[in-house]
Amino acid sequence: MADHAEGASGAGPSQRAVELGVAIAIGGFALIIIIGSIKAGTGWGLEGPKAGFFPFYVGLIIMAASILNAVHALTIPAGKEFADWGQLRQVLSVVVPTAFYVGLVPFIGIYLASMLLIAFFMRWLGSYGPTVIAPVAIGVPIAFFIVFERWFLVPLPKGPIEYWLGF
Amino acid sequence: MEELGNLFHGFAIALQPFNIMVMFVGIILGVLIGVLPGLGGANGVAILLPLTFSMSPTSAIIMLSCIYWGALFGGAITSILFNIPGEPWSVATTFDGHPMARQDRAGEALTAAFTSSFVGALFAVIMITLVAPLVASFALKFGPAEQFSVYFLAFCSFVGMSKEPPAKTVAAMFIGFALAAVGLDQVTGQLRLTFGFETLLTGFDFLIAVIGLFGIGEILLSIEEGLTFRGGRAGMNPRVVFQTWKRLPRYWATSLRSCIIGCWMGISPAGATPASFMSYGIAKRTSKDGHKFGTGEIEGVIAPETAAHAAGTAALLPMLSLGVPGSPTAAVLLGGLLIWGLQPGPLLFVEQKEFVWGLIASMYLGNVVGLLVVLTCVPLFAAILRIPFAIIAPLILVICAVGAYTVHNSVFDVVLMLGFGVLGYILKKCNYPLAPLVLAIVLGDKAEENFRQSLLASQGSLSIFWSNGLVSTIMALGLIALFWPLIHTAWTRMRIATAA
Repeated sequence: MADHAEGASGAGPSQRAVELGVAIAIGGFALIIIIGSIKAGTGWGLEGPKAGFFPFYVGLIIMAASILNAVHALTIPAGKEFADWGQLRQVLSVVVPTAFYVGLVPFIGIYLASMLLIAFFMRWLGSYGPTVIAPVAIGVPIAFFIVFERWFLVPLPKGPIEYWLGF
Repeated sequence: MEELGNLFHGFAIALQPFNIMVMFVGIILGVLIGVLPGLGGANGVAILLPLTFSMSPTSAIIMLSCIYWGALFGGAITSILFNIPGEPWSVATTFDGHPMARQDRAGEALTAAFTSSFVGALFAVIMITLVAPLVASFALKFGPAEQFSVYFLAFCSFVGMSKEPPAKTVAAMFIGFALAAVGLDQVTGQLRLTFGFETLLTGFDFLIAVIGLFGIGEILLSIEEGLTFRGGRAGMNPRVVFQTWKRLPRYWATSLRSCIIGCWMGISPAGATPASFMSYGIAKRTSKDGHKFGTGEIEGVIAPETAAHAAGTAALLPMLSLGVPGSPTAAVLLGGLLIWGLQPGPLLFVEQKEFVWGLIASMYLGNVVGLLVVLTCVPLFAAILRIPFAIIAPLILVICAVGAYTVHNSVFDVVLMLGFGVLGYILKKCNYPLAPLVLAIVLGDKAEENFRQSLLASQGSLSIFWSNGLVSTIMALGLIALFWPLIHTAWTRMRIATAA
């Protein structure tokens, strides 16, 4: 993580903006819950309170809390940073490859995808050579295979290569 | 003494060779989880929970609770050697533990930390042995209204006692309730809040939420902070251990006080983290060497470690006897009970004697095993921390993904996990507490069911929650806990006003 220091100088989004955004997003979530509860019925039915009764009030409480949080967010001093762009780039450098990894699992199975993820991280964040990457990236998924499929008999998602190998 | 007989029977179960092996495996995995960044007690247990589906419930809970003890022990290693608290409750341990390591007294600090953890846990287990059956037999008389009032008290104490702003705690908690409500309604069998998405039919699983919020979220936080490990050497040998043990009895008063603080905070859902801080603060104020705290005082390691471990253990008391977990990890264990087909709560003590007493006996044994393992293997565990982050980070991501997948054998859960991870990162950065969110997902259905059953009995009148002495008392305690910050400020102001 040598490049971490470079990003430290750059500014980033303000804490105020992010907190306001989070409060509004939670308010939006509350609205969805309220609408969904009204659809399910919030009144009194044959079996007592209907299915939407409890979540309806849960939604109202979330809404009230997020209004308070939004008001509070406005009082945060403007200068306070949520994180600087360099830090956020670091965070995204984990989120984006992981998202690709998750997207790949249904197609190539978890073992091959894990090999790629480990190799990618070791190359990108650690700048390791192939002689270090290969044993870790190949060894770890194989160890997982032995522990899960053989010892605990828990099947993990497999792709065409595993089928081709006869598993 | 029927309890004593039950306990001995429990020991007979816990001492079966398979269960002893499971204990060792659990402790070692737990210490690993406690040492590795991004894996903590709650999500470590969540990830490993699916592996126990094929075991008997008793062996399964022994393994998972031992993982929990291991994680509690492991947190101290990273705090003392590397000044990185592996778990939030070991933050206070860094204050004096790390300075000791810098002065080449790491062995002494580690021995003190592990021994204190052991003492704290032992105190809490004895308390559980004595108190839990009483609480359970009392709670057997609870109807839906009383049961709901207990949940109410637990959740109100969260709001009143958390250091985060109350509105944020409430928001986080009720997001949990809302997520718990998605899917099949337990009472009417009707679908709700699914908006036509088939994947939402089964609702949100708390295990996925825990793995995402605590596991992935934690990795994102550590990568943002730019992890660098610079640590002292462990320097453990039998001579250091025995020399430290000789000195420890001197601090019996600090230990005892920390045990009591820990037990109290563990039973109420405040948990291990505030317990460790409070215990450290009080020790600093009352010790005659208080001014030297922060420079490497052994008492500054004893106080937080004893309290944290006592609290972590005591958190299982309300989980076992009332079905209300005192910490996120206890919540995951409670979720495990549901998955194994056991009904958490007071009936466990009647219907599942073998399970309950096997677990309680394993708490005694597990902590002895834990102490042995950590005292002998510290250098090994410390070596793991020297593995560069570029290798450890993807491994933890893969472990989390595999853990999330195995819960329901569903790839969609892995996607959800990543979503929860990003959510956890943002919420944490914005000061929203995650523990009440998780607790609400676990307890949401039960709380709602009891609430609706109570209303059904009273034809929709809320007066049922004030209908008898017991339920009114618990509800009143809940309201006091909820408004505690306000009551506290009002009281201090009044005192200042009368003094002036």
